[in-house]
Amino acid sequence: MPELIRAKEPFKFCTRLHLSELTGLRATTLGQLLSIIKEVPGSCIYHHTHRFLQQHQYLSPEPPNDFAYWVTDTLGEDELGERLVSIDTLQYSTIRDLREKIASTIEGYLIDNPLAKMKFARLEEEFHFIKSVSFILPTNYIAYDLKGFVEVLKKITMDSIYFHIFEARLRLEKPTNDFALWIENSLGDKKLANSLSSFDPYTSTLEDLRKKIIRIIERKIP
Amino acid sequence: MAKIDEYIPLVGQSVIDDLILLGERLKGKVIQNINSTPVGGGVAEILNRMVPLLRELGVDTKWDVIKGGEQFFDVTKKFHNALHGRAEAINKRDFEIFMETSQQNIENLDTYGDIVFIHDPQPIAMVKKKTTNKWLWRCHIDVSNPNEKVWGFLVDFINQYDSAVFSAPVFSRKLPIRQFLISPSIDPLSDKNIVLPQKIVDSVLRKYDIKKDKPILTQISRFDRLKDPIGVVETYLQVKKYINCQLILAGGTAEDDPEGFKVLEEVKERAKNDPDIHVLLLSQNDLEVNALQWASDIIIQKSLKEGFGLTVAEALWKAKPVVASNVGGIPLQIKHKYSGLLCHSVQGASFAIKQLLSSPAYAKKLGENGREHIKNNFLITRHLRDYMLLFLSLYHPEDVVHLC
Repeated sequence: MPELIRAKEPFKFCTRLHLSELTGLRATTLGQLLSIIKEVPGSCIYHHTHRFLQQHQYLSPEPPNDFAYWVTDTLGEDELGERLVSIDTLQYSTIRDLREKIASTIEGYLIDNPLAKMKFARLEEEFHFIKSVSFILPTNYIAYDLKGFVEVLKKITMDSIYFHIFEARLRLEKPTNDFALWIENSLGDKKLANSLSSFDPYTSTLEDLRKKIIRIIERKIP
Repeated sequence: MAKIDEYIPLVGQSVIDDLILLGERLKGKVIQNINSTPVGGGVAEILNRMVPLLRELGVDTKWDVIKGGEQFFDVTKKFHNALHGRAEAINKRDFEIFMETSQQNIENLDTYGDIVFIHDPQPIAMVKKKTTNKWLWRCHIDVSNPNEKVWGFLVDFINQYDSAVFSAPVFSRKLPIRQFLISPSIDPLSDKNIVLPQKIVDSVLRKYDIKKDKPILTQISRFDRLKDPIGVVETYLQVKKYINCQLILAGGTAEDDPEGFKVLEEVKERAKNDPDIHVLLLSQNDLEVNALQWASDIIIQKSLKEGFGLTVAEALWKAKPVVASNVGGIPLQIKHKYSGLLCHSVQGASFAIKQLLSSPAYAKKLGENGREHIKNNFLITRHLRDYMLLFLSLYHPEDVVHLC
């Protein structure tokens, strides 16, 4: 039976906790939404495209970003909502790129549908721009091999999984998620690393994501 | 009072581990909470639970209360109503009374905290004592459409704080200081939220002579016009035309709310000819509130304005179907038609209640979804985490903070 490879550098699990910072900026129309999207800090774009993943982790399969939700639910622009919700976040390696895609999607829609500019949200249904402030902390969990790694994955918080899968890649601009990076660089298992970076994590709940990652790795444990 | 480890079966060990990690980062800092009442109302209730838990996590947390006479609390109640957008006659003398009492508190209350955490408008002027320490203002009320005269008066104080905290995005305004969104929470291990044996529920119903022979609709709230208790009676009457049911209106009053008894009398007067309306004045009896919520078929929260509406979270935690107004922090707790029903009027509320009473399976599903949402987002463990992050944010202005 093949032995487990022991990494020179252990995987150190971090966790990411976040606070929502209010900006006081609000949009009533699509035009306002677009112009504010172009100006707000990247932390705002990040918040509104990732908040749902953590706050509604029991909804499955989960769900739209805030922009898509507001455009559909409040302004009744279903087609634009569909275009926004189907933006493939994995294709964008930085928040800047993601912001540009969201802005150009709305711009394009407004050119094709100029009447959409005329729709107003009610006072209590305005879009409020919020920033995500992340606090990254090391946890006490570390792993040197796949067996230990899976053991930790089973008990670590959802926040930790979220951090290593979503935030590390997009917000800290790493080439892929942390798990895949460690498995490739420290354990030398490129095939397993590819398996962990080739699925779309945005279409699962976080709990399902945890199970999926554990399942993929456990297949490789002798 | 529950210890932090007792939450592990509900939220998991790793959530508590995170709290311990954060507590370690705040070692050496003294957090001083200041509010206006030690009992009654949501703020005192939250502080009563949070302060001991923060201490257990190693965060040196204190709680002081300002002093104020009847005149002062009459004025702050007017402020409270005006900030909620209600028409209030506020004159120069009111502002003078507010400042006179504030000045006495400024002179008599020591602000020794490394972080001074002021709750609501009553103690807001304490910020005049700010030196090199950090100051936070926590707004628990709905200021989405405030009386501009009162807001303008308060904003001069707010701008002197390091950061402000609001319960819902709709309350935020453009301010020169950082503003954070932190929802309040419920404590699943408190007397108000623990699972009760049926015999206790039954004994509370017996005590108030309530029979379970027809569906029970309940609103638990202070007797306050902004909670619209008269509107709840109107709603019940509309439902009652088609479905035989009974109504419980239960709540207490707070020390800083001089209007409460007047509203209670008005409600009793409106309800006096209907034996199926039970108006109960419960003075800080959390177990009885809990029992009444468990006994209910539908929970109503028909507020006209709402800072957050913790009673909604309490009801959802018990997996009860909830019909509530789409105001303040309530839409954060209820996603319409998914974890409850939102309404804007007496007619809307009564329609929603009729719908739920006629479709028990749908009502059950809404309640179950609601419980899950509360578990993930509105329990005290999340609130503890947010407060500790808030304290840390005072020393870290950046958007990505590495605490390595």
